[in-house]
Amino acid sequence: MRHSEVINVALVGNPNTGKSLLFNQLTGLNQKVSNYPGVTVEKKTGTSKMQGEVFAKITDLPGTYSINPSSLDENIVLQTFIGIDKKNYPDVVVVVADVENLKRNLFLFSQIKDLEIPAILVINMSDRMEKRGISIDIELLKKELKSEVVLISARKRLGIGKVKRAIINYKEANTLKIADIADRIDAQFFKELKEKFNDTSLYKAWLLVTQSHNLTSVPPKFIDRIESFKADKVKFNKMQNKETILRYQYINHILKKTYTTDAEKATGMRHKIDKVLTHKIFGYLIFAFILLLIFQSIFDWATVPMDLIDSTFANLSEWTKNQLPEGVFSNLLVEGIIPGIGGIVIFIPQIAILFLFIAILEETGYMSRVVFLMDKIMRRFGMSGKSVVPLVSGTACAIPAIMAARNIEGWKERLVTILVTPFTTCSARLPVYAILIALIIPQQRILGIFSLQGLALMSLYLLGFTSAIASGWLLNKTLKVKGKSFFIIEMPAYKIPSLKNIVFTVLEKTKAFVFGAGKIILAISIILWFLASNGPASFDNAEEIVKSKVENKQLNKDELEKHIATYKLENSYIGIAGKAIEPAIKPLGYDWKIGIALITSFAAREVFVSTLATIYSVEDNENTNTIKERMGAEINQDTGKKRFNFPVGMSLLVFYAFAMQCVSTLAIVKRETNSWKWPLLQLFGMTALAYLASFITFTVLS
Amino acid sequence: MSTTLADLIVGEIGIIDDIPIDSVPLKLLEMGCLPGKQVELMQIAPLKDPLYIKVNGSHLAIRKETASLIKVTKIKNLCDILKS
Repeated sequence: MRHSEVINVALVGNPNTGKSLLFNQLTGLNQKVSNYPGVTVEKKTGTSKMQGEVFAKITDLPGTYSINPSSLDENIVLQTFIGIDKKNYPDVVVVVADVENLKRNLFLFSQIKDLEIPAILVINMSDRMEKRGISIDIELLKKELKSEVVLISARKRLGIGKVKRAIINYKEANTLKIADIADRIDAQFFKELKEKFNDTSLYKAWLLVTQSHNLTSVPPKFIDRIESFKADKVKFNKMQNKETILRYQYINHILKKTYTTDAEKATGMRHKIDKVLTHKIFGYLIFAFILLLIFQSIFDWATVPMDLIDSTFANLSEWTKNQLPEGVFSNLLVEGIIPGIGGIVIFIPQIAILFLFIAILEETGYMSRVVFLMDKIMRRFGMSGKSVVPLVSGTACAIPAIMAARNIEGWKERLVTILVTPFTTCSARLPVYAILIALIIPQQRILGIFSLQGLALMSLYLLGFTSAIASGWLLNKTLKVKGKSFFIIEMPAYKIPSLKNIVFTVLEKTKAFVFGAGKIILAISIILWFLASNGPASFDNAEEIVKSKVENKQLNKDELEKHIATYKLENSYIGIAGKAIEPAIKPLGYDWKIGIALITSFAAREVFVSTLATIYSVEDNENTNTIKERMGAEINQDTGKKRFNFPVGMSLLVFYAFAMQCVSTLAIVKRETNSWKWPLLQLFGMTALAYLASFITFTVLS
Repeated sequence: MSTTLADLIVGEIGIIDDIPIDSVPLKLLEMGCLPGKQVELMQIAPLKDPLYIKVNGSHLAIRKETASLIKVTKIKNLCDILKS
C-alpha cells in the first residue's frame, strides 16, 4: 500500500513581500478560505503537490513584521507558533523575505528560528537585484543562519521548484536557534526561565511569559509557570526593546558579510513617484480622480451585467413557475428562493469591481500614500489615515470594510471608524436608491450633460460620506475611550500588480461576500415568503370573506382574484405587522405596505425592493410588469394620488441613507468590538437619526 | 533644547540618539527605527503631518507627535545638501 505524506507548512513574512503570490503559485486554485476559531480572521490554506505522493498543506498566515503582535491579524501568527492547536502545528515554516529589505525581514526570520522549528528563508523578488545593485552570498548566508536559503522570483516563477525541494527535505533542516542574545538581555532572568521551562524552547517560554495577555488560551501545563514570571509591563517592555536592538545587531553582523547594495540605485524611482503622488495639490487631485473612476465604473460598467442578472432571474422564476405543478413547494421556489438568490447575485458585479480597484490600489503600494495624505484630515474626525480603506470599501459592503479597520493601531480611532463606516453608501442601498430615484426624479439633463437622476444618486453618496465624517467628529468629542493613538505605516516600493494575485483576491472576497451575506438574505426571503403566504383564520378564509363582501358588485374573475389577493396580504402575518407599525411611520409619509418593507429590510436593506415587488405583485394587471411600474401605479387611498410622490420618495431615501438596517453588520461589529454596547448604539442611534431626518424631510416637502 | 526627528527639514539626515521606550511602541523599533541608526526625512505630508522617513532600510510614515519624541543629531543639513 502506498501512503501519501502530507507536510504541514506555515507561510509567514512581512507585508508586501510577495508572500501571497508565492502561496498562489504553489497552490493554484486548490485554496480554501475559512476562519480561525473564535475570530473573524481569514485562514487561507491550500494544498500543493510536492513530488510523487508527497503533498504540502500550506497555511498563508497574515503578514507581520514581528512575532510580537500589534493587531488581531498578527496575533494569529503568535498563536500558531505558541502551538495551542497542536494538530495544526507546522512541520516547517517558510519565511518569505523581500530582497530589498532583507534586514527587516530577517528580524522576523530570526524570531521564528529561535522557536527551534525547521525554517526555510525564501528571498523573493530576485529579479530586482540587478536593478537595485544588490548582491548576496547565499552559501555564506546559509551557513550563518544555519538554515536553507532559497532565492526566488515569485512573479517570474523562478525558483518555485527549489522551494518545493526545501519543503520536501524539511527533516534535514536543523532546529538550532540563531540569535544568542538571551544572556545579554538579562542573564539572571533567562537562567530562571530556562530552568522552569525545560520542556520547551527558551524563546517560546519568553513569548509565553511576555505575550500571555495576547493569548486566548495557553497549554494548561504552562499556566502556573507563566504566573510565576509575571512582572510589571515596564520591565518586560524594556527587555523587549533590548531584544529588538540586540537582534538587529546580530542581523547587521551577518548582513555585513553577505549582503551588499548600491545605495544610489536603491531609491531613485520611488522618490520621484512619491513626489507626485503625495504632492500637496496633485496628490489630492489624483486621489479624487481615482475615487471618481471607481464610482463611475461601479455605476456604469456594472449596470450591464446587473440588468442581465436581473432579467435572467426573472425569466428563471417565470420558467420554473410554468414547469412545476402548483403547490407550496413551487411557490416557495418561485416567490421565495429564486428571487432571494437573485437578490444576492445581482450585487456580484459591483462588489467585484470595487474589490478589483482596492486590490490594485493595495498591490501597487498606492494605498499607503493615500493613508499618508489623509491622516491629518481624518484625525480631526476622530479617525486615522488608515480609516480611508474601510470608508472606501464601505461603498461595496460594510462587513469587509469593518474588518479592514483592524490595521488601525489606536483603539479609539478604530472604534470610531467601525461605528461610522455603515453610513457610507453600501451596494445594498443602491437598488433602493435606484428605484426611488427613478420614481420621483424626472429623467432630465441639466446643461445637456448631467443627468438629474445621476446627480441625485451622487448627492446620496455625498450624504453618506458627510454623515460618516460628521458623526466621526461627534464621536471624537463625546466618546471617552482610553488608549493611546499611534500610527505607523510602511511606504512600500511601487510595484506593478500581479494579475494572478488580483484575480485571486477578487474571486476570494466576492465569494466570501456571496456566501456570508447571501445566507442571511436568502433566509429572510424565505421567512418573508412564509409570513406573507400564511396568516390567522381570516387569512385562510379569505376567499369566502371576499366573495360574500362583493356579492352585489359585478366582478369578473380577474378582479375577484385581485381583491382576494389584496385581502390575503392585509391579513397575513406580515400584513398584520405592517398595520401594527403604521401609526409610527405615518408621520414619515409611509403606509402599512411600505411598513412591511421597512420591517423586512431591517435585516438587509436590499430586501426593500423585493418585498415591495412581492406586495405589489398581487395587484398586478396586464399592463404593469416591472417593479418600478407597479410602484408608480400605487395609489394613496387617503388622497387618491400617487403613493410614491416626491415627499414620500425623498423621505424614504433619507431613511435608507441613515438607518442601520443590516443584521450582518451588527453581528460583525459585535465580534470586532467584543461587546453588544457598540452595535446597539449604532442600531438605535442611526435609526433614531433616520426617523428624525425622514420626518423633517417629509414635513418640509409636503 | 535638543533636536528631534520632527525638527528636521525635508532631505536632512540625522542619527537617532534616543527613543523613549515607554511612549514609543515596540513596533517602531521592530521595523528598524533604532538608536544609532541613520534617519532621513524624506517628505512631509501636505498638512505638515505625518512624516515620511527612511530609517535602517525601511520607508515608514509616522506622526509628528511620535517623531518629536525621537532625539536625533543632525549629520547632514540642508546647506550641505544644496552645496553638493
